[in-house]
Amino acid sequence: MADHLLEVRNLSVEFHTALGVVKAVRDISYHLDRGETLAILGESGSGKSVSSSAIMNLIDMPPGRISGGQILLDGVDLLTMPAHARREVNGRRIAMIFQDPLSHLNPVYTVGWQIREALTTHGTDGATAQAEALRLMGRVGIPDPEHSLGKYPHEFSGGQRQRVMIAMALALRPDLLIADEPTTALDVTVQAEVLALLEELQQETGMAILIITHDLGVVAEVADRVVVMEKGQLVESGTVREVYRNPQHPYTRKLIAAAPGKGEMHAPLPRIEPVLSVRDARKTYGAFDALKGVSFDLMPGETLAVVGESGSGKSTLARILLRLDEPTGGTALWKGRDLFQMGAAELYKLRRDLQMVFQDPTQSLNPRMTVYQLVSEAWVIHPDILPKAKWRARVAELLVQVGLGPEHMGRYPHQFSGGQRQRIAIARALALEPKLIICDEAVSALDVSVQAQVIALLDNLRKTMGIAFIFIAHDLPVVRDFADHVMVMQNGKVVELGTVREVFETPREAYTQSLLAAGLNPDPDVQAAHRAARLQRA
Amino acid sequence: MLSFIRKRAVASLISLVGLIVMVFFLSRLTGDPAALFLPVEASAELKQQFRELHGLNDPLLVQFANYVGDVVTGDFGESLRKARPALDVVLEAFVWTLWLATITMTLVTGAAILVGSLAAFRAGGFFDRFSSVVSLIGASVPDFWLAIVAIVVFSVNLAWLPTSGTGSIWHWILPICVLFVRPFGIIVQIVRGSMIGALSSAYVKTARAKGVKSGPIIFIHALRNAMLPIITVIGDQAASLLNGAVIVETIFGFPGVGKLMIDSILQRDFNVVLAAILVTALAIFLMNLLIDLAYALLDPRIRH
Repeated sequence: MADHLLEVRNLSVEFHTALGVVKAVRDISYHLDRGETLAILGESGSGKSVSSSAIMNLIDMPPGRISGGQILLDGVDLLTMPAHARREVNGRRIAMIFQDPLSHLNPVYTVGWQIREALTTHGTDGATAQAEALRLMGRVGIPDPEHSLGKYPHEFSGGQRQRVMIAMALALRPDLLIADEPTTALDVTVQAEVLALLEELQQETGMAILIITHDLGVVAEVADRVVVMEKGQLVESGTVREVYRNPQHPYTRKLIAAAPGKGEMHAPLPRIEPVLSVRDARKTYGAFDALKGVSFDLMPGETLAVVGESGSGKSTLARILLRLDEPTGGTALWKGRDLFQMGAAELYKLRRDLQMVFQDPTQSLNPRMTVYQLVSEAWVIHPDILPKAKWRARVAELLVQVGLGPEHMGRYPHQFSGGQRQRIAIARALALEPKLIICDEAVSALDVSVQAQVIALLDNLRKTMGIAFIFIAHDLPVVRDFADHVMVMQNGKVVELGTVREVFETPREAYTQSLLAAGLNPDPDVQAAHRAARLQRA
Repeated sequence: MLSFIRKRAVASLISLVGLIVMVFFLSRLTGDPAALFLPVEASAELKQQFRELHGLNDPLLVQFANYVGDVVTGDFGESLRKARPALDVVLEAFVWTLWLATITMTLVTGAAILVGSLAAFRAGGFFDRFSSVVSLIGASVPDFWLAIVAIVVFSVNLAWLPTSGTGSIWHWILPICVLFVRPFGIIVQIVRGSMIGALSSAYVKTARAKGVKSGPIIFIHALRNAMLPIITVIGDQAASLLNGAVIVETIFGFPGVGKLMIDSILQRDFNVVLAAILVTALAIFLMNLLIDLAYALLDPRIRH
């Protein structure tokens, strides 16, 4: 009767919260066979992670409750198993890796200890576990595995940490690996490596992979079949190609349409007098050269995208331009004055012209201030902009401009969704009528459909108000849709600088080419062609 | 790691030097030391003699240099009442206090970590609510009241334990039990709060996904991460015991440094008071150093 390795039947999960019962997952069913990869695709709040947490018995009950259904592993219902037998399944038969490996590894134990524990918990003796841990570290591609076993999680890079997580998860050769957004926090080239590693290991062991993601590109790259979830319900399922080519449900169509990287690229603007002219900007932290001489010009109303992987110096550039950090050298001419040399009085004026929107609006908005207070605070600091009597009207105006309403003024940040919070952050930046807004990964944390809306909003502000943008991002398709010029950075240096069309269509530098090649395309056929090309190169 | 310890030790040393300076100037700024050290009814002649004997007519800086020289060589002068070196008197009492504090804090730490962790594991459950009430009462009960009630119940009415003094193991039980209550109440609440945070962390989720049992999840995965704030509070509480549990020691007639300090102040034995202040301060600085070391041992991120 056990036709499938894993079969989820009519699963329903609810959470009992102060606001009542939330039905996180409603009557969903899917199945998965050995050697197969199934993707669960959905945005935040879709319930895509809840069903996998139910499979792993990771739902806290209360407040959670599995209100119906079965989860069959080789025909045996995991939900009715006795507790000790259920615990034996975790790690031995089903293992899991997570989005953020740094927080999911215990910071106070060595990675060797943590991998050994995965084995000894299920009865392996210490010496065997040690040898096996060493072999696994080598297998997932950690350099110098022997020495690395004695290191702590914070001593590894993000990609290496995820490799350690994979080594730990695969220690007992589970039949099923659940990967919850395993590459979302990683750089694009690292993402490609980690996905390739997962696939190799799948071929070696014949395990099934259940991958949970919001990224159509990841689905196209690794999955055989996909199920799409929206608001706790399964709205569509099929092979990846079927679903992409011929989506049946409106939500799936919307998701596919919202995937960035398909629109018309911006035509280059005429090069007139630049609003910001940076020459040889440098920054060192102790002995570390974070920025090794960066130069560029930015025109009014232009978007310069700064792309690069972690450690490339792109955020450092933003910080020294805003003088949140002191530059070590170079010049940055703003309206003819070097903003690197400005004293406190001049900086105070500069703050009006230069604003920043951060990646995580949950952290950058003070949770104890209302939207009205958040947006109007700028005028408390710069009282000459607007008389106090006009504040309410202006806040209302700004909120409408960013797609919210005046009725939102009295609310607090936690009462909004992630996309709405980022709109509040943008309204706050607009309050000072800036000439330049620096966006540091401003849309990276948002769902794809919300991302598209926020980008459209920024583009509209650029066109109507002539605001220039420095748009720092690691997500190339978003950059392609929004940027006029693109600056590619690596290790604190500019690798390539050109119009968006030049960089995306005829990249000159090998690094730019590898970045573009590592990016995932939502179209499974395009992605298959990429893979074939990559395999041929290898 | 070594440079971390050195940095911390240097910081402690600076504070200690600051304290030595402060003690000197306080004893000079609060008025004529002769008036402080001698009984109120002492004659002017006697006071003059006293000043000459102790070099109090010298310039302040010369006095300070002499004082520092004395302190560094461990010479705090004679106890005016006991006619023995003040430092000997203090060290003798301090050993009693050190034992009392060590035994009490060991018991408190073990019990509070166990109770707090179990409460956090089933937060909101019966045991959690029960231990919350108990620890809140423990943290709030005044120790002089508890000490007196304990004497009335266990020594006077039941006659199980001696009322005060030293001599047998039975004499230790009531002081330890009374001193136990307050730090226990406080630390249980800190452990509970810190452990709730640690138990809801992502790495605990990973451990559950690995199939690790509840015991190791609580006491190996979560506890070590939760220990930093707990250790800080343990240090604070231990410091207050090392300072001499003045009231409890006095009520139980326990010959510790707290009782000695009170007695010496009442008897105007200022050499002993000064020595007691510096010895307990030194002990507290050493303990803080131990706590810093414990941080580094528990969390590899602090070592770097």
